[in-house]
Amino acid sequence: MTVAKPPQSERIPPWRDERFLRMGTQIVSSVLMLFLIYWAISNFIAITQQRGMPLTYRFLKEPAGFPISESYIPYDPTMSFGRAFRVGLTNTLVVSITGIFFATWLGFFVGLARLSSNWLVSRIALAFIEFHRNIPLLVLLFIWYFGVFVKLPPVKESITLPGPLYLSQRGLYLTWPRLTETGPLFIAFLTAGIAISVIAFKVLRERRIKTGQNTYYLPVSLALLIIIPVIGWIAAKGKPFWVDVPVLQGFNYQGGLRLSPEFAALTVGLTTYTAAFIAEVFRAGILAVQKGQVEAARALGLPPAQVLSLVVIPQALRVVIPPLISQYLNLTKNSSLALTIGYQELFAIGKVTINQAGRAVPVFLMVMATYLAISLITSGILNIYNRRVQFIER
Amino acid sequence: MKKSILVLSGLVIASLLLASCAPQPAGEVAPQKIVETVVVTVEVPGETVTVKPQGYGTIAARVRERGKVVCGVHKELLGFGYLDANGRNIGFDIDLCRAVAAAVLGDAEAIEAVPITAADRGPVLQTGEVDLVTRNMTWTSKRDAEWGNFTWIMFYDGQGFLVRADSGIKTLQDMNGASICVTTGTTTEKNLATAFADANLAYNAVTFEETSAVYGAYEQGRCDVATSDKSQLAAVRAGFSDPNAHEILDITISKEPLTPAVPAGDDQWFDIVKTVMWGMIAAEEYGITSANVAEMKASSDANIRMLLGTEGDWGYTTLGLEADALANVIEQIGNYGEVYDRYFGENGLAFYLPRGMNNLWKNGGLIYAPPIK
Repeated sequence: MTVAKPPQSERIPPWRDERFLRMGTQIVSSVLMLFLIYWAISNFIAITQQRGMPLTYRFLKEPAGFPISESYIPYDPTMSFGRAFRVGLTNTLVVSITGIFFATWLGFFVGLARLSSNWLVSRIALAFIEFHRNIPLLVLLFIWYFGVFVKLPPVKESITLPGPLYLSQRGLYLTWPRLTETGPLFIAFLTAGIAISVIAFKVLRERRIKTGQNTYYLPVSLALLIIIPVIGWIAAKGKPFWVDVPVLQGFNYQGGLRLSPEFAALTVGLTTYTAAFIAEVFRAGILAVQKGQVEAARALGLPPAQVLSLVVIPQALRVVIPPLISQYLNLTKNSSLALTIGYQELFAIGKVTINQAGRAVPVFLMVMATYLAISLITSGILNIYNRRVQFIER
Repeated sequence: MKKSILVLSGLVIASLLLASCAPQPAGEVAPQKIVETVVVTVEVPGETVTVKPQGYGTIAARVRERGKVVCGVHKELLGFGYLDANGRNIGFDIDLCRAVAAAVLGDAEAIEAVPITAADRGPVLQTGEVDLVTRNMTWTSKRDAEWGNFTWIMFYDGQGFLVRADSGIKTLQDMNGASICVTTGTTTEKNLATAFADANLAYNAVTFEETSAVYGAYEQGRCDVATSDKSQLAAVRAGFSDPNAHEILDITISKEPLTPAVPAGDDQWFDIVKTVMWGMIAAEEYGITSANVAEMKASSDANIRMLLGTEGDWGYTTLGLEADALANVIEQIGNYGEVYDRYFGENGLAFYLPRGMNNLWKNGGLIYAPPIK
């Protein structure tokens, strides 16, 4: 740089130099921060050693010894603490994914209803939102569990619905198809059929749009969708499934698919609570779409449904996704309240493990790391999606 | 060239030697407790010097400074730890906490009852958050190793089953396939798993962290059976709207010695709490009650005069207590039998539970204490 510096700049003492001061405060605060972290960790290590509780994870291999009421992977009390932890993780994932799925759709429709020009519909949506937003989730969970699902009729007086499907205070027992030995073969054919027909649909339609030739994309893909699974059905000797019907034996129904009242209360509670917030997110997103866009779409003669699906929602999604991510993360973390109503997810099993294995700190670290990982993965995936739908601005 | 090889091999050997001298990785060394829990008495000519390990006396010191004994308790278990109509903590376990306060501070009211869940009992002991846990806690070898020091068995209990009288369940085999309500993080949960696995029976556990949720779910019919210590089941049954519709089965699947525990690392406090428990048991043996403690101070029995502090030292100087510490306990709280009857006697505040194993050893029970002398 040949531009001459103002001569007095050399004479600015360091304690008045803004750059120096900025750098200085940053260095001091980061040193303090590092020292604080160092102190916390060394203090922790010193105390655990003093108390003879070193930070090891060897206990994870010991038998857990406690029962878990519902599990999506095989588990019994003779299995290890590590296995029990994985059961908790799957239970958390199952309830979170179910909750996120239903909360998104419910929230979406409530958000639309809130904006409806129909006075009654809009007021009902408002009441739903305000009710759920202003009552603590824990209270809602207790109401759903002790007030609704446990108040269903006793198991011997179950409500029988066609299926057969039995609803009682012990849960919902569904008749459920289960795979036979040849089942996986059929499932493979079914998946392949769906994938191939979707690809055929897209490729042929693309050609139709580009060349104007009639490619019969709809009949071709539908035929593929039917023929491939039928071949699979024949390959599976016509018996890929057997039907598991719940039968009342002794105290409870045996067989079928069981949804426990604990799971139901937690799913319904989390879904409705989060849906109220998601509804407001969607409402904000829709209102953020400029009025001119709707007017222009109407002026083009689009019917109201297409105005919504082709113009409003795609633009609203851009606004909606970042706050939606927070709601998904909240739902996942809120599922830890399940321990009060007896659904054994990650945190509940973590607490039991602390008590049965006597290792508080290692287990809490594991639970924290697991929630952190789930949250980071969720927001990572949604951020990728978010980047795809955003405007590419010049 | 040769020289360099020599030097190199020398280096290799040296590093091998060094490595073999290096301390072993921490993971392979058994964890060492820095806080030793032994009072070593060294004989020195002329006088006795007690070498006290680090931590000795710290809990009693902080209790005196605070003016309160902090106890981890149950807040909703009838008979053991609950609230009376005025919101005061009462119960068998609470009285044990009050007894310690009466001995150390001279005032049975100088307690702070901290409600904790079953799953919190270990952590509050390990961190020393409370001075004493008197919360319906079973003494096991593993808990003793990991949680803290268990003092003296004050209540002998066993795990049983609560069922509806019209359910037709009489034996363990009848429970095959039943839904069973149980508290998480308890020995109960593990005993249940073991008992059913041994008998090759299936069951469906419904678990809650709060005791109230367990019995709430049972009473509403979510479970066929509730399981816990028999005393707890008796307490809960007494609180149901129709106690006679439920019965406690004559099956016991475990030993549950309920024992107050203190944090590890302070032997003086450990000894103080044990001695208070012994004092209450001994007082019942000698027939000292809260009503007659004043006149008993002049008893003709030297054992009684010793216990009440009129003559001799039962160890109070070393423990840093007043001579009348145990007399205060009896006066303000009563002896073991009085406390038991206050809650579980025929006219008890909570419910009637025959003394059974909780009778004095003289009367065919298991309650026994070392001599106070």
